[in-house]
This record gives sequence, C-alpha cells and structure tokens, in this order.
Amino acid sequence: MRRRVAPYFLLGPGAAWLLLFFVVPLYFLAELSLNSGVFGSYEFSWHWANYSDALQLYDTQFVRSFLYAGLATLFALLLAYPLAYTIAFKAGRWRNVLLFAVVAPFFTTYLIRTVAWKTILSDQSPVVKVLDFLGFAPEGHVLATGGAVIAGLTYNFLPFMVLPIYASLERIDERLIEAGKDLYASASQTFFRVTLPLSAPGVVAGTLLTFIPASGDYVNAQFLGSANNQMIGNVIQSLYLKQSDYPAAAALSFVLMAAILILVLVYIRFAGSEALMGEEAV
Amino acid sequence: MAGAWRWLREHAVQIVGVLVVLYMLIPIAVIFGFSFNDPTGRFNYTWVGFTTEHWSNAFGIPELNEALVTSLKLAILATVISTVIGTLMALALVRYNFFGRRAANFLIVIPMATPEIVMGSALLSFFLLIESFNLGFQTLLIAHVMFCISFVVVVVRSRLIGFDRNLEEAAKDLGASPFETFRLVTLPLIMPGIFGAAMLAFALSIDDFVISNFNSGTTVTFPLYIFGAAQRGIPVEVNVIAMILFFFTCATMGFATWQQRRAEKMTSVRPEQEAGAGMPAGAAAAT
Repeated sequence: MRRRVAPYFLLGPGAAWLLLFFVVPLYFLAELSLNSGVFGSYEFSWHWANYSDALQLYDTQFVRSFLYAGLATLFALLLAYPLAYTIAFKAGRWRNVLLFAVVAPFFTTYLIRTVAWKTILSDQSPVVKVLDFLGFAPEGHVLATGGAVIAGLTYNFLPFMVLPIYASLERIDERLIEAGKDLYASASQTFFRVTLPLSAPGVVAGTLLTFIPASGDYVNAQFLGSANNQMIGNVIQSLYLKQSDYPAAAALSFVLMAAILILVLVYIRFAGSEALMGEEAV
Repeated sequence: MAGAWRWLREHAVQIVGVLVVLYMLIPIAVIFGFSFNDPTGRFNYTWVGFTTEHWSNAFGIPELNEALVTSLKLAILATVISTVIGTLMALALVRYNFFGRRAANFLIVIPMATPEIVMGSALLSFFLLIESFNLGFQTLLIAHVMFCISFVVVVVRSRLIGFDRNLEEAAKDLGASPFETFRLVTLPLIMPGIFGAAMLAFALSIDDFVISNFNSGTTVTFPLYIFGAAQRGIPVEVNVIAMILFFFTCATMGFATWQQRRAEKMTSVRPEQEAGAGMPAGAAAAT
C-alpha cells in the first residue's frame, strides 16, 4: 500500500506547480484571446475575430519570425556540427575545455551578449569592414538589417545545437565507424552512411531546441534590427506591455504556440519518432 | 606548399571547430574589453579609451545594485524550491512505475518545448484574470520556479538512471532503515546531480528576461534593468557586473566538476565501472 501512494506524494508538489502555473495559464490565455471590448472592460464573448484580425494585421511578422528562426537554425546547424564533431572525436584532452567554451556564453547575461553584438556589428567595427570588403555588407551596414537579427539568433542559440549533437556523437560506438573503414568505405562514405545517421537524434533535438526559442524571440530584433525586422515576439510584447491590447496579444501568442506545435509534429514525423525518444531518454 | 595544403585538408573539421569556438567567445571578450572603456557619451558601443574607473565603481549605481540584489534573492529562492520539488519528482519517475507516469513525463517535457513568450504571456493572462496576485516579486518567483522545475527533473533523473541500487540493498542488509538508507546512501550519491541541477536552475533564473518582462510589474531584476537602460544608454558598470558574475559562475562550475570527480572516485565501488565523463553538470543537462 505504501509503495502505491509514495510516487504520488513525491510527484505532488512539482506536478501541482506545473499544472497550476503552466497548464491552467494556457487556458486563461485562450480565454483572454476570445475577449472583446476596450481596455478596462474586456469581456469573454467567443470573439473569434481576434484571431482573423491579428493574423491579417501581423502576417508579415509571422512569416518573418519563422523565416529568421529557420535560417538561424540552419546556420547554427552548419556551425555546430563541425564543432560537436571536433569535441567528440578530435579534441582529446582538450574536450572539457571546449565543452566549457560552449557553455561559457550562458554565464554572461543574455541581454549583454546581444548588446555586445551591437558593438561587434556597428559601422565602425573591423568585422563590418571585412564583411563590406567581401561584399556581404551593402553600403557598409550590418546593424538594423535582417542579417544582423539572424546573426544574433544564430549566436544566442548555438549552444542548444552543439550540446545535443555532441551528446549523440559521443554515444556512437567507434567500432561501427571502424567497421565502415574496414569495409573499404571512403572517409566521406563512412561519415554519410554511418556517423551522420547515428547522430540524427542529436540533430533533431538540437534543431528543435534552437528553432522553438528563436521563433518566439524579440530581444535580438529589438537590439539588432530595425522597425522592418520586427518579429512576432516584438508584436506580442508590445501589445501586452505597451498597448494593453490583451485579447489580440493573447490570440497571437496562442497562434504562435499552435504553429510551433504543428511544425514540430510534422518535423518529427519526417525525422522519425525515435528522434523524439532520443531527446526524452536522457 | 603541397604539404601545408594537405595538412589543411586533413584538419579541416578541427579548424572549423576552433573557429566556431572563437566565434562563441568573441562577445565575452567584447564585454570584458568594454568594461574598461571610457565612453564619451551615454552609449558604450564604440571604443574611446582605457580606464579602470568602472571596475572601482562597480557597485556605485543604486538602481543597478537594487536590481542585482532582487535578481540574486529571486534566483536563490527559485533554485531552492525548484531543486527540492524537482528532485522529488525525479525520484518518483525513476523509482516507481505508477499510473499516470507517461502523463507526468509529458507534463515535464512540454514547458521545455514551449517558447518563453507563450509561457510569459499565458502566466500574465492568468494573473490578470485571476486578480488575486499583485505583479511583482511573488509572481516572478512563481514563474521562475515553474520554468526551472523541468530542467531540475531532467538533470537529477539522468543521475538516478545510472544509480547502482545494490548499494541501497547493502545498506538495508546492514540494518539501515529506509530513511537512513536514503540519507546516508542515496542522497550523497545523487548529490552531484542535485548540485548540477541547482546550478542550472540558478543560471536560468538569474538570466531570465522574457518571462520576467511579462510578470514583473514594477519590480526590476538585473536583465530587466539592462533592458530598461538600453534606451538611454547602458552604464559601463553593467559590463563590470556581468563579468563578475561570469567569473563567479566559472569558479563555481570548476568547483562542481572537481567535487563530482572526487565523489566518483570515492564511490567507485567496482573498479571496472567506468566513471562518468567529467562533463560540466550544466552541459549534461541541456541534452
């Protein structure tokens, strides 16, 4: 008898906290999104028009959010894979130092890191001079463009991509890679036929952990972008905290969550469900 | 020349890897460098001249100090609460097979897969409609504990999964009560995991901006101070404090890794058992 109730006692406080302050608020978010009226006298009224109005007004910001987040995820993947590979197979005794370097950005405040990029990408900075020389910075400008926002997103969420890929690479039985070589596969064949498929769970987890926070972010667009680079997060933040247009903001927030959920489910369907389990199993 | 080319080709992956690491560290170097800047205007974006003035004046801005103290208080409380209830949840999930286990797992994973802005706005909607909470320190604490719990559970659970339960059996055989077994055997063995989880929770809490932005009312935390100051110019002292926090976290991390290794050496009852990789606790958590 004691064994049967014990897990519920242990689980109780945490589960209650998550139910009350995560699940229940989602219900209130939905309720608020169906309110109508003006500030001060919002009333629940199944006002579905909030959704169509919000989507019509802010469709560009929605598309832009997913575009920026998608590109940032792609760039993060291209940067993270070689790094994770180096740490897992080539680093030797430098492994812990490199791992430390990957998490080090987390030890400085997110906002300050983003502000630091404002310095790095300012018009006077040598980085921008080089980019200009290479033809990547039209008119010597990077700051206040979409490129700057994408660069900021890529940078800020890169550790979320590196760590899961590293974890899945590190778990690979090296004998499998040797077997590939013994069977006369070239280095690139071994990589594409053995290593890459075996690291797929890490890639899937990393892409999700990068894409989800990036698509809802508004800090990078705020600091590194211009009025033309606003993402959906900026709209939601401004509607909630500056204009107090709660129903519209709640509707947008709900659509964002639904859109991400659908994208994630489709993605997992394509990538295979074992990828999701890989994320869960740790 | 041909030799150099071959060396480059053979080490291409490492070269890219090292470049990416440098890319990750550049902003930290910039933050450090600009903490010695002597800007002429209010904005600390371009290099003017070297001064240590802001390091000696690190705690000279009252509002900044206040924000920092609020952040530290909030982070400590959120860490203690989330670590305790998260550890209990992890114990339930690993040790018992019970009805609703899958649902509980789902409840823990979902917050980690939800964008912060959705969590922040949902909580704000809740607080606005319920009307029995005043936005401020208490709502911040509720929010921070909420988003820390999942990470604590994941970290502690990974430590519990690799746990040798024979050690507990041995304690029981030697006459220890269940509580004694837990206090003297289980708890010390999972302590590195709990400590790692606590550190992760602390880092998440002290750095949180988005959810705090929504639920702070008029309370100002360190990240919120920076956001507010950005319009009129962020004082250089912010860089100084960011670096102090950075060095402090590095030291704690180093200490934790050292402790973990020592604990593993001490508890490796079976010599053939391979000690877990000395990965920093926070790194293991994010996977």
